[in-house]
Amino acid sequence: MSEVILETKKLVAGFGDLDAVKGIDLRFEKNSVTAIIGPSGCGKSTYIRCLNRLHEEVPGAYSSGEVLLNGENIQGLRVDPVAIRRRIGMVFQKPNPFPSLSIFDNVCVGLKLSGVRKSSVLKEVVETSLRAAALWDEVKDKLDAPGVSLSGGQQQRLCIARTLAVEPTVLLMDEPTSALDPISTAKIEELVTDLKKRVTIVIVTHNMQQAARISDRTAFFLLGDLIEFDDTSRLFTAPKQEQTERYITGRFG
Amino acid sequence: MERHFDIELRSLKNELIKMAGFVEQSVAYAVEAIRAQDPNIAQTKFKQIFEVERKVNQAHKDVDDACVKLLALQQPLAADLRLIVAIIKMNSDLERMGDQAVNIAHNSERFLKLEPKQTMEDLVVMGDEVRTMVRGALDCFINRDGEMARKILALDDSIDEARNRIFSEMKTYLKTHPENIEHGFNVIFIARNLERIGDHATNIAEDVVFAITGEDIRHGGSKGV
Repeated sequence: MSEVILETKKLVAGFGDLDAVKGIDLRFEKNSVTAIIGPSGCGKSTYIRCLNRLHEEVPGAYSSGEVLLNGENIQGLRVDPVAIRRRIGMVFQKPNPFPSLSIFDNVCVGLKLSGVRKSSVLKEVVETSLRAAALWDEVKDKLDAPGVSLSGGQQQRLCIARTLAVEPTVLLMDEPTSALDPISTAKIEELVTDLKKRVTIVIVTHNMQQAARISDRTAFFLLGDLIEFDDTSRLFTAPKQEQTERYITGRFG
Repeated sequence: MERHFDIELRSLKNELIKMAGFVEQSVAYAVEAIRAQDPNIAQTKFKQIFEVERKVNQAHKDVDDACVKLLALQQPLAADLRLIVAIIKMNSDLERMGDQAVNIAHNSERFLKLEPKQTMEDLVVMGDEVRTMVRGALDCFINRDGEMARKILALDDSIDEARNRIFSEMKTYLKTHPENIEHGFNVIFIARNLERIGDHATNIAEDVVFAITGEDIRHGGSKGV
């Protein structure tokens, strides 16, 4: 087994009286892509938002258990959640570039906030990040244009570039292509496969074919429980659990 | 909850069963021709084999078309995917079985010399064993019976032994009857055709196990997908 970079132990999370995630143990291997699938309300988005402590930003949210990044628990008051989010970046369902910032500034905003001012450094990081996000060739001649002037698919890659600029260890993606057309979706999927050389990726998706295409391992969640976690090729061809079989063949309900 | 896809899968299975019915009939004609050892009856059976062959070829294409359509439009997973993959492979095996029955008809046109007696009896017994195996493999598919499919596989050893016995008998026979070399070769070819039908039935039984469990039992292995 490869090196485990991120792990949850007995992770429970919810809102008010409702446990959306009910004690999940999962291990994410370095430079792998793990897909999390499951029907709406199964807890997959809540789970992924616990991984970089975004969940706690929601009023009434709670969580317990452990989230270990390189073996260190990142839960708790002693750990700065902002620092964690730099190491565990996130891309959301809808692209969310900063509306008032240029393409260039959208990419390097994280670096600037952390005090980097040197123009040559910023330029280099912007180009490297945009290249890694497979966007450089499309925007290199209009870096001063507003980020929101790009198409939806380009905006999503811009958000990926923004996340990559601070060199995260883990990249979380919460349904990153659900608002995109098939061509933009294909570009993001290609990108995911390329990016796993430099980051570990956890992706939540409703699109099972997408999970099958791009992930190495797949976790199936149902009503806050982890039902099955296996190699993607195994889970989509011969799942061990009846509930997984029923879900992925559309017999659920 | 029945999906629309279930109806299409059922229709695909029925197409394959129809194809299997043609092939089974063709193999039966071939075995009956061997058993009859009568040129007139044999010619009638061979004619029937050629007629069925046309239906087999058409069914072969129909089943493949239906599989490609379902793969493209439904993007099946898990048991659905395994079933369609197994059907594609079974379809190919069935078509080859039909071809082997046609080969028997071709090879038999000049073989109807009733000697040596023991070999001709062995050929008839072998033909019956092959029919039993084909029937068994298809029943396993129809009834989704993986356990029975595993048992069917054992029958192939007996068919291989029968082929070896016939080869050996003909070798001995031809040493003393070299003038019958053409007849001898035809008998050997027919034994070989029957044995190949058994091999295709073996493949079908293995595909049934794969479709049901995901386990790959080919080549003695137990590695699944």
